[in-house]
Amino acid sequence: MIGEFTKGLIKENPVLCLVLGTCPTLAVTTGVKSALGMGIAATAVLVCSNSVISLLRKLIPNRVRIPAYITVIAAFVTIVQMIVKAYAPSLDRSLGVYLPLIVVNCIILGRAEMFASKHPVLPSMLDGLGMGIGFTAALFLMGSIREILGAGSWLGFPIPFFDSHPVLIFILPPGGFFVFGMLMAAANKLNKAASEKQSACDSCPMSAACKSGGEGAHS
Amino acid sequence: MSAAQLVGVFLASILTENYILCKFFGICPFLGVSKKLDTALGMSAAVTLVMVISTAVTWPIYTYLLVPNDMDYLRTLVFILVIAGLVQLIEIVMKRYLTSLYRALGIYLPLITTNCAVLGVTMLVLDKGAEDPSFGYLAALINAFGAGIGFLIAMVMFAGVRERLESADIPESLRGLPITLVSAALVACSFLGFSGIADKLL
Repeated sequence: MIGEFTKGLIKENPVLCLVLGTCPTLAVTTGVKSALGMGIAATAVLVCSNSVISLLRKLIPNRVRIPAYITVIAAFVTIVQMIVKAYAPSLDRSLGVYLPLIVVNCIILGRAEMFASKHPVLPSMLDGLGMGIGFTAALFLMGSIREILGAGSWLGFPIPFFDSHPVLIFILPPGGFFVFGMLMAAANKLNKAASEKQSACDSCPMSAACKSGGEGAHS
Repeated sequence: MSAAQLVGVFLASILTENYILCKFFGICPFLGVSKKLDTALGMSAAVTLVMVISTAVTWPIYTYLLVPNDMDYLRTLVFILVIAGLVQLIEIVMKRYLTSLYRALGIYLPLITTNCAVLGVTMLVLDKGAEDPSFGYLAALINAFGAGIGFLIAMVMFAGVRERLESADIPESLRGLPITLVSAALVACSFLGFSGIADKLL
């Protein structure tokens, strides 16, 4: 049971190993604050949707499962959106449209399809929590690197030396791609032993259509 | 909005607000299907089509149905369901009446439901409309079309870069996705140069 929780942290880290949820990873990591906010919001949605989908797994007919999952996820995203708007309006402004876009974050749909639809409630919740924390950790790491190098601060506090030499490009879009690429290269290097890890596309519910359409990201 | 402003909206959505390279929408298809030129073209054509049709449908739903009834908090839920239904509908209609187009684009359509670029454009045009009341239905449609074209340009450009990468000698741990992301960073750099151009036009 503990394994369901810990696997999302490093071994199957959704961002760095499974390469899911790349859009928010690149978009909201210009600062640590928005990165953490996005991570926590997505974790909340992931835990709730995993539990509900796991409870409903015997009721949802196989043919309409994807629309059913999307509806459940969208409902929780709407709840989270309202909570953030009410209690953290500055976070709502900095996340902007990426907050409702958690609906189409493929980590959440991917975990619903790969795990919650096949396992009981408690393991599904732990799986969601582990994956969510793994996602948050990756965002936190990327946000820290980009904010320190690009803005010379961390969580808004100025860092000596870096604050007088900010490398602006790190908080601009190209910096996002570059830092993500470098982190993934580092993860590849560390993970070389675990070469049998599943490819990103297998955990995406659309993988069958994607593979027939073109080659996957990993091939 | 005058015609010149509409042209400005169109150019801005392609260059300065490029959905892939500046806003990070639709990174999955960008990394997944940009390996070959023809699949990149097919995918982006399908995305453009769905973007314009979804915006054409969701804009009136939000403005005339959700807002007057104080249900704008249901935006996310309604939009994703409308887009999912719409994609199915487009697929069925295309299969029946536009067989050759279906053969070219059909396989990409199911992927588009969970593409954040489509949901993103339908929401962003509403946010723009909330800030600037003159940004109406027509401007929203033009913005959606421009976003699709910008998506296409980024995909096609990147497909060219990736074809060159295939034959390059790359350090082992950078092979595959990491080097792809680093080259995406360089392509994104080139789009930084456009910032300011479209603002002058507006």
